[in-house]
Amino acid sequence: MSDAPTQFAEDERIKTRSKFREAMIRPELGGIIGTITVFAMFLIFAGDSGMFNSQGVMNWSQISAQFMIIAVGACLLMIAGEFDLSVGSMIGFAGMLIAIFSVTLGWPVWLAILVTFAIATAIGALNGFIVVRTGLPSFIVTLAFLFILRGFAIYLPQTIERKTIIGGVADAAEGDWMAALFGGKILTGLFQWLGDNGWIAVFERGTRKGQPVVEGLPMLIVWAILLVIVGHVILTKTRFGNWIFAAGGDAEAARNSGVPVNRVKILMFMFTAFCATVFATCQVMEFGGAGSDRGLLKEFEAIIAVVIGGALLTGGYGSVLGAALGALIFGVVQQGLFFAGVESSLFRVFLGLILLFAVILNTYIRRVITGER
Amino acid sequence: MTSIFKTFMLATTVAAAPMMLATTASAEGEKYILVSHAPDSDSWWNTIKNGIALAGEQMNVEVEYRNPPTGDLADMARIIEQAAASGPNGIITTLSDYDVLSGPIKAAVDSGVDVIIMNSGTPDQAREVGALMYVGQPEYDAGHAAGMRAKADGVGSFLCVNHYISSPSSTERCQGFADGLGVDLGDQMIDSGQDPAEIKNRVLAYLNTNPETDAILTLGPTSADPTLLALEENGMAGDIYFGTFDLGEEIVKGLKAGVINWGIDQQPFLQAYLPVVVLTNYHRYGVLPGNNINSGPGFVTKDGLEKVEEFAGEYR
Repeated sequence: MSDAPTQFAEDERIKTRSKFREAMIRPELGGIIGTITVFAMFLIFAGDSGMFNSQGVMNWSQISAQFMIIAVGACLLMIAGEFDLSVGSMIGFAGMLIAIFSVTLGWPVWLAILVTFAIATAIGALNGFIVVRTGLPSFIVTLAFLFILRGFAIYLPQTIERKTIIGGVADAAEGDWMAALFGGKILTGLFQWLGDNGWIAVFERGTRKGQPVVEGLPMLIVWAILLVIVGHVILTKTRFGNWIFAAGGDAEAARNSGVPVNRVKILMFMFTAFCATVFATCQVMEFGGAGSDRGLLKEFEAIIAVVIGGALLTGGYGSVLGAALGALIFGVVQQGLFFAGVESSLFRVFLGLILLFAVILNTYIRRVITGER
Repeated sequence: MTSIFKTFMLATTVAAAPMMLATTASAEGEKYILVSHAPDSDSWWNTIKNGIALAGEQMNVEVEYRNPPTGDLADMARIIEQAAASGPNGIITTLSDYDVLSGPIKAAVDSGVDVIIMNSGTPDQAREVGALMYVGQPEYDAGHAAGMRAKADGVGSFLCVNHYISSPSSTERCQGFADGLGVDLGDQMIDSGQDPAEIKNRVLAYLNTNPETDAILTLGPTSADPTLLALEENGMAGDIYFGTFDLGEEIVKGLKAGVINWGIDQQPFLQAYLPVVVLTNYHRYGVLPGNNINSGPGFVTKDGLEKVEEFAGEYR
């Protein structure tokens, strides 16, 4: 490794590194290596199992996109030094609110969605407010909300409808512009054209004969990409992004240098709740109903994706791109194991191994970057 | 850089090992996937797993069991989509929520996969999604068969202890029983709630005001266990005709003691075993039964208890 001379070379305070090393050593490196590895593995072991035909790709893409949506929120919050364990319950709760507003109360779906977003982000703000006010660990505060929100997700439909599953949202959302923003599909023409040319599978029988099995790109995936881009830009290109790092790195030092740490943290809690609600809305619109048990354990899946992506549990370090790659790895592994014909109860063993490898690799990469020992 | 590379190589080897094992384990025959809605924690489905394992072995086909780990039906929909994408010969799935699951199931049928609906949903819904058949226990029919049986034993009036009245299937059980007896359901069904103390006291209250009641029907262990206590308390145990849906530890004890005349088993083993056999024969010889298969009601009486106890949790 020779040091390439750069324009800063005269300044002895700045350590020079080669361009290659600059490009290679980044927080997402672990995620990139992992992604390449995972895809290579499945191409070898499940290449002809349908995993890489149109339905297969759409399947693991949707799972990954789901993880991505909640991982972006969890990632920014974790970099700001806090946790949110109520994400899974928030998914169940928010979905239930949309179903109750639109089906039981008969509101227009766009209004149901907007009001739900307002309530969810308010709960996120409350989470953050309690954390910064009391100084309690966010782990504990959000654990309380995990139970509170799940409780309401069960109680509300039980008392109102005497059921734990509320369906019929699909009929209510018919023709609603905002429902399409979450449950619609885009590029349908492109997929039809691909199907007509025989490049992707089409239905062989039934009323949809000749239509492609994968009819378009679900808005779920669009949202995931959008959130990743927005999160990445905020974190790496704005002053606010620096505040997020500062708040999680050393809150006291950040306060002393004028960073509004409390505001940053509360905003990040709100953003996490927002992401969970996006997830819930997409799910309710796609499946046409809400259930009390939706989103169980999703908070841990989000955290796992973020950690695979190289973030530090203690805050102050991480990357949204890494979290997105972590979500991709997670989704591909989870669905890929089915395709590879691995006994499905072994799935957790794999997940544990991958998590362990990712953390070890990420720790090493971080040490190279930050120079810590 | 070299150590990153080393770590990477090591990780690859370790991660690859189980997959190499897995790929050697695939069988020659047809491939079927059973998708359930049950979370990992639900032990009732063990019987199902054992049932498909046995059928797979006997028919020489490969059968995989998959479920959403937390019981999340949205996850289950994705699993059905995934199962269809991996191109099996057939999918056996439950239909516990028509809204959520009908889309993925219809897509699987349309893309050329044969589907059998088992356990939940209704024969009508199974037809709706384009499945070959429905294998399960239609609740009304099970109640009706039980009513016919009770009528033959000389029962003319009854009390139905309903502990999950919010679910339509519970009312179907009671209504079927009434129709089987040839009497009106009227107010012979009580909403007992889920609390054991409340169930017990409501049964006691009903039997106090209607001492002429011939029979009791309970809809599962939840309502059967407190009812047993109630009958012990008012001295009607063993005297009043008593039938129940589903089996449980206390119910088996009650059968043994002669307090309960029969328990209705929906025989999950058959719900798992038969679809595999039906699909295999359909794909090999093109034969298909012309009707849905009722896996229940299987009446368990004092005489048939031996097998139930022997295979409890395994095949029963």
